[in-house]
Amino acid sequence: MIYREAGEFKTSYAADQGLLTIPMDRWFVIGLVLFAFIGMPLVGDEYWLGSIMIPVLILAIAAMGLNILTGYAGQLSLGTGAFMAAGAYMAYKVATNLSFLPVPVAILAGGGFSAMIGVLFGIPSLRIKGFYLAVATLAAQFFLLWLFTHVDWFVNYNLSGVPAIADYHLFVDWGPLVTGAQASVEARYLFVLVFAVFLALAARNMARCKIGRSWMAIRDMDIAAEIIGIRPLHTKLSAFAISSFYCGVAGALWAFCFINNVEPGAYEIERSFQILFMIIIGGLGSILGSFLGAAFIFLLPITLSQLPGWLGLDVPADVITHLEFMVMGVLIIFFLIVEPHGLARLWQIAKEKLRRWPFPY
Amino acid sequence: MSEMMADNENGRIGGELLSVDNITLRFGGVKALTDISFNINKGEIRSIIGPNGAGKSSMLNVINGFYKPQEGTIRFKGKNVNMKPDLAAKSGIARTFQNIALFKGMSTLDNIMTGRMLKMKAGFLSQAIYWGRAQKEELENRAFVEEIIDFLEIQSIRKTPVGRLPYGLQKRVELARALAMEPELLLLDEPMAGMNLEEKEDMSRYIIDVNEYFGTTIALIEHDMGVVMDLSDRVVVLDYGCKLADGSPDEVSSNQAVIDAYLGVAH
Ligand SMILES: Nc1ncnc2c1ncn2[C@@H]1O[C@H](COP(=O)(O)OP(=O)(O)OP(=O)(O)O)[C@@H](O)[C@H]1O
Ligand SMILES: [Mg+2]
Repeated sequence: MIYREAGEFKTSYAADQGLLTIPMDRWFVIGLVLFAFIGMPLVGDEYWLGSIMIPVLILAIAAMGLNILTGYAGQLSLGTGAFMAAGAYMAYKVATNLSFLPVPVAILAGGGFSAMIGVLFGIPSLRIKGFYLAVATLAAQFFLLWLFTHVDWFVNYNLSGVPAIADYHLFVDWGPLVTGAQASVEARYLFVLVFAVFLALAARNMARCKIGRSWMAIRDMDIAAEIIGIRPLHTKLSAFAISSFYCGVAGALWAFCFINNVEPGAYEIERSFQILFMIIIGGLGSILGSFLGAAFIFLLPITLSQLPGWLGLDVPADVITHLEFMVMGVLIIFFLIVEPHGLARLWQIAKEKLRRWPFPY
Repeated sequence: MSEMMADNENGRIGGELLSVDNITLRFGGVKALTDISFNINKGEIRSIIGPNGAGKSSMLNVINGFYKPQEGTIRFKGKNVNMKPDLAAKSGIARTFQNIALFKGMSTLDNIMTGRMLKMKAGFLSQAIYWGRAQKEELENRAFVEEIIDFLEIQSIRKTPVGRLPYGLQKRVELARALAMEPELLLLDEPMAGMNLEEKEDMSRYIIDVNEYFGTTIALIEHDMGVVMDLSDRVVVLDYGCKLADGSPDEVSSNQAVIDAYLGVAH
């Protein structure tokens, strides 16, 4: 009985409706968040914070976005990369042309612009479903990226086409530098972390409220959703909007806090697939799964490339690349067939086992 | 018959709630409904019976706007309606399906909570921070849903994903979701199909209770004649999309055309 669920009785519906109803879960999450905010910047070095934690958190935000659309509302999308790009380019435009606005506002504006684009490309979802919708979002992916790279307005007529992100203070010219090459890695990490935590909280809240239930209703059976008064178009478009908002914020953070420029290559179709794999492996319809999946998919190639060294083996780099593809392929097939709820579900099962420990049944 | 008169005197049954006028519905060449007219009064249990393929489910689908009839009109609460399903829900019509239409990935509780959708008005920002109106609404509606859960005696499966429930319980959850909408008119498409005797008795009791305590008007499609005769105030009989008879259970069951077309075949 390491992990207790039984014996915890809720005496009000308010308590039962809570986010983390089991005290041990609550303490675990509070501890994790505290560690992320205080412990991590203290113990993490430049490499851990700057090259692992920042990208994992940003990708987790994008994964939450796709999970809202695909995992909760059941609408398959391959346009994640493009929605991220929309956020990055618009945040860049706002930050450079409306420089009186603080940089967090520019990043949120990127999310807002991406939400609008998401709604536009979500309209066909009323008529087409599944595979065909995926193809439509694929068209969005290619069209939008073409647009951003061919219309010079988006990059302020920058000749290289890859404009650098300036060093911005948190509030215009007050507070620490949070973006660009001069900003400290701790500041950039904490900046991204704040976005990730608040967006995760908002996603969990939406998931347990009316809007989340209407997404799941549309996903599970749209005709039954209609007879209880859910408007399908409205509901699907709200999922597209909020999903794209998350992706847009993630794309903007990627440019502002990770690679320090707006590089279209970061938002190609490969990115869309990467995020899709994250939610498949992490768990469809799970916020926790979005984080687990992001960490797993991002760390897998790094681990695989380091592994031979740790084991003292001499494996050529191209073999490792092949190995990476194979492991990824096998994992995706495994999760799709055996455990569609992904790592998040495995975590739940582990908790159930812990609850019974040391008794096998 | 005398029982019905007594009900009328007690004021259980009021004036006309829904009227179906000259409805004709075609699927390509197939006529699913031909010139059907009948009405449903406030507070009554109105059964629709007929052999397989008679057009019963199609009739309900026309009433709540799933199918558009080629001819005829539906009047609900005195107003001509040309419904879409979500508008029907808004105006107070709830239903269950012949083939259960629950949200399989969601828990019993969440399924029933979706029935409260139209009662909840909080904006999405309020929901995102789970503060103020959204939180208040969640708790109020949860309390209401718990009453329905108690009423239908499904407390123990609150948190179970409905996909894992046995058939009989799924039917009950679907009824619970419809009741959560506090409908004025409840359309039940074969709520007891595939149930054993005991489950049928339970379900019959729930239907009677809903009708009596909440005053909900009920349109019921059912194949079990015993149930129909016991529960209904009036029965309309369809056969090959045409109306064969309409009246009290006694009148209908002694109607020769009905006996020939339906009862004779079924028994
Ligand atoms: N969507 C549809 N498309 C084509 N034909 C349909 C459709 N829905 C119903 N029908 C046809 O309409 C007729 C009536 O069907 P309906 O389902 O209303 O019968 P029912 O009385 O409910 O039968 P059952 O007792 O088997 O449920 C049938 O011939 C059926 O094939
Ligand atoms: Mg039917």
